[in-house]
Order: sequence, then C-alpha cells, then structure tokens
Amino acid sequence: MADYSYNAVMARKNEIMKRAVGIDYSKFQTSRISFDYEKMMRETGYTLQEVQNIQRDVGVGNTPLIELKNLTALVRKISPKGKGARIFIKDEACNPSGSFKDRRAAISVYHAKKLGYKGVVAATSGNYGAAVASQAAMRNLNCIIVQECYDSRKVGQPEILEKQRKCECYGAEVVQLTVGPELFYTFLKILEETGYFNASLYSPYGIAGVETLGYEVAIQCREQLGKDPDVVVITHAGGGNVTGTARGLIKAGALNTKVVGASVDLTGLHMASDKDFNRKSFTTGHTGFGIPFATWPDRSDVPRSAARPLRYLDRYVTIKQGEVFYITEALAQLEGLERGPAGNTSLTAAFYLAQEMDEDQIIVVQETEYTGAGKHHMAQLSFARENGIDIRFGNPEDERAGESIILPEHPSLIKARDVDLFKLKKSYIKNCIDNYKVDEIAIKDVEFLAEDTKLSIEEVEKILTEINVKVVK
Amino acid sequence: MEVVKKGTYVQIHQIVLNPEERASNLPEETKVVPLEMWVKGYLNSDAKIGDEVEITTLTNRQVRGTLVEVNPSYCHDFGKFVPEILKIGQDLRRILKDGE
Repeated sequence: MADYSYNAVMARKNEIMKRAVGIDYSKFQTSRISFDYEKMMRETGYTLQEVQNIQRDVGVGNTPLIELKNLTALVRKISPKGKGARIFIKDEACNPSGSFKDRRAAISVYHAKKLGYKGVVAATSGNYGAAVASQAAMRNLNCIIVQECYDSRKVGQPEILEKQRKCECYGAEVVQLTVGPELFYTFLKILEETGYFNASLYSPYGIAGVETLGYEVAIQCREQLGKDPDVVVITHAGGGNVTGTARGLIKAGALNTKVVGASVDLTGLHMASDKDFNRKSFTTGHTGFGIPFATWPDRSDVPRSAARPLRYLDRYVTIKQGEVFYITEALAQLEGLERGPAGNTSLTAAFYLAQEMDEDQIIVVQETEYTGAGKHHMAQLSFARENGIDIRFGNPEDERAGESIILPEHPSLIKARDVDLFKLKKSYIKNCIDNYKVDEIAIKDVEFLAEDTKLSIEEVEKILTEINVKVVK
Repeated sequence: MEVVKKGTYVQIHQIVLNPEERASNLPEETKVVPLEMWVKGYLNSDAKIGDEVEITTLTNRQVRGTLVEVNPSYCHDFGKFVPEILKIGQDLRRILKDGE
C-alpha cells in the first residue's frame, strides 16, 4: 500500500502533478533557469480563437464594458482642472459563476474533459472554486474544491464560507481545512487518490482563458470609443489576471496601453498565521499573494507557472482595505452596481489613477465579481469588527492591516501607492539564483531573465554582478 | 444520544497532521495547532455524533473522521449592520451635487 505520510506524498509531488496536469514541463526547459515560455503557451495552450469558441459555448466572456459616469464626475470634482480620465468597468460578474475566473476554468475543464479525466480538483478559497465547479457541472465532470477556510477555533472567513456554499450548489465536493500551506499535501493526496485533473490556476490553459478578457477590453474600447484604452488596471494576486489580460491586449495590438497591477495592502500579516487569518478582510487580491508570486512565480502548484506578471506590469500599486470597502459602496450608490469587494481592488486604484490622467483619456477596470451573503462589504466589515478590528472614518494612511480598517473621511484621501517594480525584479532574479542553487549562469538564462522581468540584458547583468553571479559566455 | 441513520448527509472532522507532523516553516501560533479537515458526505452506517465514522462523499470517495454535524447548514449572512457604510453614500451624493 502507498505511503500517505506527509513526507512520502510530498516526495511524489512531481509524478502526481505530471499525471494530473498532463504536461511534461521538462521539454520546455532550455537551460538551468530558463525555459521557453512562449513555446509552452503555444504547444500546451489554445489559440485565442479556440479559447473564444470554448468560452462562447459555455456562456463565458463577452461581458459588458460600462462607463462609470458618476464616479468619473466625482474624480473630476477632486482633480486639478483638465484632469480626471473616463473610467470604464468590465462587468465580469456577468459570467456564469459571477467572476472572470470562469474564463480560466472554462479552458481547464474543457481540456480535462477532452483528455478523458473523470473529474477536476482545484485548491482555492476564492471565486476560482465556484468557476471550476460551475464549468464541471456544465461538462458533467466530478469536482472537488480544496479550501483553506477556518482558523483553529473553526471560525470561517464569511467570504470563504459563501464560496463553499456556491461550489456545493453546483454539485462540487468541498474539502475544508484550517490555516496552513500543508493544504498542498491534502490536495496532492486527493489528486493521487482520484486520478482527477488538476485545474491549476497557473497552467497554460488557465492563463490562455484570461487572454480573451484583455482582447475584449481592447476591441470594446475601439468599438465604443474609437481608440485603445490608455490604462488597464488589473487586480494582482497570483499573477494570472495580469498575465492573461496583458497578453490579450497585446494580441489585440493594443501595444501602447499601460498595464497597472493593484493589490490590497496587507503588509504585516502572515498568510500562514492561525491568528492573522481572520484579522484580514481580503482573501485574495492582496500583497500577501501579489508580492511573493511576482518575485517567485514558480511557487505555484505546477513546475512552471504560466502566470509571470513581471513580464507585463508597467506599474504596480497598493491600496488599503478601507479604501476598497468605501469604493465598493460608492459603486453601488453612484452607479447602481452592487458588486463584491475583492473585485473592486482595481477600481479603487483606478479612482486615484484617473485623477493623474487627462479628461480625454480612458482608464479601464477589467473586472467585477458577484456579491451576496458573506461576500459583501457589510459582512466583511461586521466580521472584522467582531474580530476586534477598529473600523472608523479617517485617513487611510493610518490603516494598519490586522488592527484597523480606515474608511476615507473624504474621497480625495484615497491613494494608490507605488510599489518599486525594479526592486521586485531584482528580488525575482535573486530568488532564481537561490532556488536553482547556481553561482554562474549561461547567457541563455540572462536572456530569459531579461524577458521574464521586462528588463534589458544590461540591467540583468548589472543585477547579477551585484549579487556575485558570473555569466558564462 | 440520538442515532444518526446510515445514508444521512453529514459533516465529519479529521486531524490531517498533528502539531509535531506539520511543516517546519510555519509561524509559532500555527505550529502549535493541528491541521484539521472537514468533509461532507453520506454516512456509511448508523452512528452517533462524536463517533468515528466513514462517509461516502459526492465524488464517491470513502473518508473517515469524527461525526460532527447532521444535515450541515449554511449560516453565513450579511453580519450586523455597519452604520458607517450608509454614511458613505450620503456623503458622496452630497459632494456630487453641491461640490465639496
């Protein structure tokens, strides 16, 4: 009988994954660090047109692009004369399970069905679980969702409890765990036991599924406004949303559109902490994923993540929890769109960024998500208050994640704070050197690192010199 | 205690890893507690709350654990009313209408 101890299962990780994703990642490896990313996307993914057809077949995509006229008017009230770009939002809540994650799930589940898997498994506490469950229901596949849900008191995050309900309403089995990265162990055991497909968020299928989102944004802007958007703001967590959307924009030829990532600032909270778990009000779209996944994308559940945000980000900003809740209410009150808070992370950043832009410019927020019991700013703020978080009006600058949530006293206090992207790129390069345990690298690796960080060869070489890594020419 | 009949939809609880079996790189507060799991499914034989049981899940997996709940419900809601939220809308409408 197989050994199901923690160490034994973790040691079988690669073989379990190979069977569960159906990709031999080793064939894309080109040197010790480098791999052929575009070849991986081409050979294992689907073309944009194939993705569009698969999604259309299951009612995913082609969501409306809505101009937020009152929010734009509000921005102009607090901007210098002539400033205040027109804000548009892609209403991704219109997808079957209520978020853009349906785009990713549609392709993964289609692929699983095509390869003859009997079911799909996904490790997620967020909208992706509902998306996979919904797609699996459409394609008559079994579905298991593994969630990190409770702290050691069995107190569950209301948002995750709602996700459990939603997955179960589509007929999925939900396995719920307490806090800890060993969720991966349970996930692997289930993959091995069932032989189901790993509907990873980070496979080429998952990313190809998001490309249509960026593509639609560009096409809709051209149709409705006669030009490409100047800026697209994308909530950044694991990197798939940024990567897929940016690739879609490029495929549409929108090469001058700036790609801005936005995350909720949860600095100071430990993602694996039993105590911190219920002291945060966002379960995704936050810096606790955004920064580690940018500086080490291959930490995911596949050997080579197809989500590589540093390739595409022009700018990366953070916003505060209180600011997102405020904007979520503003979206309902001023635009008549009641949507979930996590999906409004990028809208909050856009509210600030629009103030820096000219009135004739276009800023697009590329997602919304569904809302409901548990997954609503009222539920989240009430839960935070019950957990001892100080909630009040004031200056969001004073917010400390895990201690307070500060609703801006006035909308002009909402800020998007820049993260130093160059620093993240340096940190990514250093992580490559450390994780692959190399002290000299080939020129092929340097070229790969340059592509993977959107830096020049010279800039990468300079960073390598700084950390005493020799390039073998 | 009441007997829960075989075939009833239930939730079970299982300790996946005891504190000493957990990964090494955890924060202290996580390291001292076990990794716990809850799964739902149909009870394979009559039992009472607190018994060690086996269930058949929706995907036909057999999972063992302690019986904790019968016909498990969803209890999440919109929480207690947060009056600050109401103020946001009123403030914003005023700013839009009257300037500052």
